[in-house]
Amino acid sequence: MTTSELILPAMASVTRVDTVGVEERVGRFQTRSIKRDSKVTALKLALSMIDLTTLEGRDTDGKVRQLCYKARHLHDALPDIPHVAAICVYPTLVGVARRALEGSRINVASVATAFPSGQSSKKVKIDDTRFAVSEGADEVDMVISRGAFLEGEYAAVFDEIAEVKGACGEARLKVILETGELGTLDNVRRASVLAMHAGADFIKTSTGKVEPAATMPVSFVMLQAIRDYFYATGRMVGMKPAGGIARAKQSWHYLVMLRETLGQAWMTSDWFRFGASRLANDILMQIAKERDGVYQSIDYFSMD
Amino acid sequence: MASKLTFDTDWTYAPAPEGTANVKLEKRYGLFINGRFTEPKSGKYFRTISPSTEKKLADVADAGPDDVDRAVKAARRAYDTVWSKMKPSERGKYIFRIARIVQERSREFAVIESMDGGKPIRESRDVDVPLAAAHFFYYAGWADKLDYAFPGKSPRALGVAGQVIPWNFPLLMAAWKIAPALATGNTVVLKPAETTPLTALKLAEVIAEADLPPGVVNIVTGAGETGAALVNHPGINKIAFTGSTAVGKKIQSDLAGTGKKFTLELGGKAANIVFEDAPIDQAVEGIINAIFFNQGHVCCAGSRLLVQESIATSLVQKLKDRMETLIVGDPLDKNTDVGAINSRMQLKKIEYYLKLGREEGADMYQPACTLPEKGFWCRPTLFDHASQSHRIVQEEIFGPVLTIQTFRTAEEAIEKANNTPFGLSGGVWTDKGAKIFEMTSRLRAGVIWANTFNKFDPGSPFGGYKESGLGREGGMHGLLPYLSLN
Repeated sequence: MTTSELILPAMASVTRVDTVGVEERVGRFQTRSIKRDSKVTALKLALSMIDLTTLEGRDTDGKVRQLCYKARHLHDALPDIPHVAAICVYPTLVGVARRALEGSRINVASVATAFPSGQSSKKVKIDDTRFAVSEGADEVDMVISRGAFLEGEYAAVFDEIAEVKGACGEARLKVILETGELGTLDNVRRASVLAMHAGADFIKTSTGKVEPAATMPVSFVMLQAIRDYFYATGRMVGMKPAGGIARAKQSWHYLVMLRETLGQAWMTSDWFRFGASRLANDILMQIAKERDGVYQSIDYFSMD
Repeated sequence: MASKLTFDTDWTYAPAPEGTANVKLEKRYGLFINGRFTEPKSGKYFRTISPSTEKKLADVADAGPDDVDRAVKAARRAYDTVWSKMKPSERGKYIFRIARIVQERSREFAVIESMDGGKPIRESRDVDVPLAAAHFFYYAGWADKLDYAFPGKSPRALGVAGQVIPWNFPLLMAAWKIAPALATGNTVVLKPAETTPLTALKLAEVIAEADLPPGVVNIVTGAGETGAALVNHPGINKIAFTGSTAVGKKIQSDLAGTGKKFTLELGGKAANIVFEDAPIDQAVEGIINAIFFNQGHVCCAGSRLLVQESIATSLVQKLKDRMETLIVGDPLDKNTDVGAINSRMQLKKIEYYLKLGREEGADMYQPACTLPEKGFWCRPTLFDHASQSHRIVQEEIFGPVLTIQTFRTAEEAIEKANNTPFGLSGGVWTDKGAKIFEMTSRLRAGVIWANTFNKFDPGSPFGGYKESGLGREGGMHGLLPYLSLN
């Protein structure tokens, strides 16, 4: 797909979203009772879908190398624990992560495009993307220009995404909508449609720097947009809720929602990710509890 | 054909059955007359089974005319000697007490409701039982405020109310009937449906525990003949019936000239109307809730989908995919979405309509779910390309069967929606407020939901137009059928 083939659909014709109905359906996902084997399977699947993330100004090479080791060895005391899907860092640390993950099948994802606010020129954003890719990023997590989107400048947002996608080359592009700044579920739905038509490989809820970050209702609306885009075009787009998912229980709520909205094809780290830094340890605690029947202290799990 | 999703996933939900350990059922239940369980004079009993396993749950007394007579006399005596003389605020206390005990024993009620009736525990736990308690709470509050409900009038109780209820919401319907009757100062003889008597009998235990004066509430079990004996008993002042239109018509003709007051809440064939400007995905969920809630055994079910032609193809595709994710099976499993059909008889009726629909030329679709071997089951079903002259569109099926028709203009939607002998409920889905008011004022049905469906509240009146019934239950309106205002 080249940039010239991309067409911005009419935003006014994007289906409306009724918040009450969304919350009701989300409530149903949350009351699914997930027990025993079914729980352990879900928890391991969730671990394999994590983008282990550190996005701090104080991040250092050493911190990133430790995180990469954790990505490969989540908890060696437990058997059959998968590795995470990717490490997510700032562009300057992509090279470090790349080297630390050599020989593994864990991807390096880099945020780009003046993350997290996106308040810079398009040129800077493109350069930022090119730099991340040249350092070895397999995946690029870009932010949309929320100001332009909210002003109704859909074409500008669309073009920017399409150009960043062009700059990604082989790298997969995740488009962060920053739903916490979009205000309504109608806007979330529109931004999702816009991003997918502009070439997004994944759509992602949040930077993690704005509250609220990922929520079930927001993610559900995005999953439904992905489904409709797939119905219409046959192209699969991935989904990444990020920020605010710290509990194991939340992870299986999301998986229930994924299963009942998009089904089997999306139930893999190729098409679904959790952007999280604290989630992995809580899941590991739950897996250990399912095995031993009792909870272990948090001190048994490494805090990288 | 657009791209296909597959919901046959590697990861599935393990069974999550609700425990039955704290549920106590007797082997045999007598009739609850004058404050205690007694043997039937008829000497007869019948079995009540679980429709999901076909196993017997208990034997239940089959009340004959003599038993009904005993119950009515007990109710009359209680009315004359105690209930009509009691201070209204005291009456209210008893009803509050029933409400609280139902709430405290909610888990037990939910499990029994699902065992005896086949509905998913998710619904009995989250809908039936809490709403039943809410009805008692709501009407308890009215007991000492009747003068304010009808200013300038002097509302008085009628006497003995005979109440006959259906099998689709056994406890909830008992609450709908008993709560307003007691609040308005009447005494009650209630007959639950023969396939689902158990929660009404558990409610009798609650009533005894609440220490209601003997005879204020009597519960007699049996089938149609017992109901007829109750309806035709000369000692009854008021009949409240919820059930089929055929039986409702019979009751109305039996009651002609007797002077008994009556309310009838009968069948329905609700139109659920979806416009192109609706929030489509929430409408899809609403359509699912409208028709597959309680296996479609709902008089106000949204059984006729009318969808604007411009969105019909994509909406039907979404409906089919959503149906693939419905979990059909063990009513006691917390993940079950659609439970068992209530009885073999009802299953036969639904299967008759499934065959008929295919013969009439509508396109039938059912999801690929596997059904248990024992018990009465029906896959959620839709009939696409149905037409107004199809009997599956005209007649109440009372099962998980949806017919789909398209419309072009609002005018056409109204015409099709109103072109039915029924008029109980309806639904409108659009993002436009003005259109909601335009449609709801022109639909001839008693209850109309906008951008939602099958929502109930004790404060809201419920009842039908045309062959869907007479009178209203619920809310302040629900007091009137139990009162004389002169």
